[in-house]
Amino acid sequence: MHLFIQACILGLLAGGVYALMASGLTLAFGVMRVINVAQGAMIVLGAFLSYTLFTKAHIDPFVSVVLLTPLMFLVGVALQLVFIRPLRADEREELSLLVTWALALGIEGLLSVLYKTNYRSTITSYADKSWRVLGYHLSEVRVFAFGMSVVILTLLYLLLTRTEFGRTVRATVQNPVSARLLGVNVDKVSALGFGISVATATAAGAVFGMVTPFFPGSHYDLISRLLSIIVLGGLGSLGGAIIAALFMGMAEAVFAAEISPTWSSFTFFIVLIAILLLRPQGLFGTNERGAL
Amino acid sequence: MSRLTRTGVLRAVVVFGALAAFPFVFPAQWIVNIAIFTLMYAGLATAWNLLGGFSGYLSLGHAAFFGVGAYAIAIAFTHIGIGGSGYKPFFALPLVGIVVALVSVPIAWVALRVRAATFAIVTLTLLFVVQQLAFNLHHLTHGSQGLALPPPPFDVSTFEQPFYFAMLGVFALAFFTCWWVKGSKLGLMLFSIRDDEDRARGVGVRVTGAKVIAFALSVGFTGMLGGVWAYYIQFIYPQFAVDPLITIGAVLMAFLGGKGTVWGPTVGAFILVPAQQYMAYKLGASELYLLGYASVFLLIMLFLPRGIIPSISDHLARRRSGRPDEPPGAVASAPRATLPGGMAP
Repeated sequence: MHLFIQACILGLLAGGVYALMASGLTLAFGVMRVINVAQGAMIVLGAFLSYTLFTKAHIDPFVSVVLLTPLMFLVGVALQLVFIRPLRADEREELSLLVTWALALGIEGLLSVLYKTNYRSTITSYADKSWRVLGYHLSEVRVFAFGMSVVILTLLYLLLTRTEFGRTVRATVQNPVSARLLGVNVDKVSALGFGISVATATAAGAVFGMVTPFFPGSHYDLISRLLSIIVLGGLGSLGGAIIAALFMGMAEAVFAAEISPTWSSFTFFIVLIAILLLRPQGLFGTNERGAL
Repeated sequence: MSRLTRTGVLRAVVVFGALAAFPFVFPAQWIVNIAIFTLMYAGLATAWNLLGGFSGYLSLGHAAFFGVGAYAIAIAFTHIGIGGSGYKPFFALPLVGIVVALVSVPIAWVALRVRAATFAIVTLTLLFVVQQLAFNLHHLTHGSQGLALPPPPFDVSTFEQPFYFAMLGVFALAFFTCWWVKGSKLGLMLFSIRDDEDRARGVGVRVTGAKVIAFALSVGFTGMLGGVWAYYIQFIYPQFAVDPLITIGAVLMAFLGGKGTVWGPTVGAFILVPAQQYMAYKLGASELYLLGYASVFLLIMLFLPRGIIPSISDHLARRRSGRPDEPPGAVASAPRATLPGGMAP
């Protein structure tokens, strides 16, 4: 029982970071119907950037997040303008899969050139410290990472529900044609939405680099997990993605602790198959377009 | 067969005749080596096209079945040790194809419950499942240590040739199946699914059956190519046998040549693979290679998403209809109006 609860705690903390990673992916899908296969590569890129800032300039990864996210937001907007906007609307959904995959390969290639293909890890002074609460270990890094994810997701929620921009985003997700008729600049919303998506990936990457060793090819593993999560949550549903991420984080940790660590990544695939059989549109998805 | 015109048959006879003569005309090993990979990708792209091009279901997980085929041959001829090697693995290929196709049926049935982006996600995930299996089923695959096949006892000077003809054989099988499907009732069903699945179902097309058959055929050929590849390479690792780059290479070639056409994937492969091998040679298969690959990929997707063959045939159709200097704005509508073989007005 002790092991089970410990695994649940670990899984919940990991799930929070998954939620941050998946939020951008599902948001980009909601706004543009674009599956960003490069999301995993963006996370790894974020991990490498914060790793570099930490090792070269001794900037703590939690501080570098504040510097990197605005920068990567702009990069995301630029990528959307150059690579995704030119795709014709009727082919965008399928072509964007391939275009973003090419982007992922490009990022992987670039990182391999710059950093070679060794495993890296951002090891801060508090990396192996943990608190003991009621006999359970709470790793400091993981708790901070979870906290940061909660803060960013809360900001994202406030942005989407309390601002004019958020309203235009939600309108676009619900129905881009009507949104356009009502005067929403859908192209602008799409570009900014993709920028936000990349920014969340960067933030998640900074903490990913502290809890997991990574190398330029790590993005494949990440993206397969994240895609399972957003399918489970329902494509385009932000709330669904968060719940699915927390659930998958815990399921994976419990599976690893109770059954087998080698097979724990299969938790994602088992759940994916189950959801396809029982509810192909995902927990909170609709048959047509996802709703935030 | 679709529009079995004299030029069509002639073109196929000439191309496959030339391919059969190729290793005798250019016996240099490095050339035949490149030719083997060219044929492999031509086969992969053609097989992918059968599902992705005809039915519009974009699979990103074909490398999973390539790996299954590769491991099937490797495991059969190492563990089970079906005496000797020689040409036997080649004779086992049809069996590999059939088994992979049958195994894929339940997978296809589950995966094809969803469409478009979700289908792509599911197939991509399938790829990672199979790769993980190859890593984890240690007693069968030797995990990350890799699995060695018995060395083929072929003469050194013509070592490449049996593999060349095996690749050519599977490629031809995939090609002619594709050709036949395109003109058959199955092809018609697949095209109707691509254009509007709900309406197709509404008018009584048995969409699930058609999709599952296309999926099984497509991955069956993919598995067979994987089998030949494994025997040729002789040493297989999970990360190379189930490599996302294999899928993406095949998809890219189908797009470059023109997906949904019979010849497109072949044209794409014949252009890209030699170029790719040359790039790998120039850039030393290093990290730069990945960057180069990604750039070519992006350029094709952004500037030629419809592919070479559709673009050329539109051009020809316009020429034949006597309006050679069509303004660019009319490009989209003109070919549609003159479609039936370019014979309109």
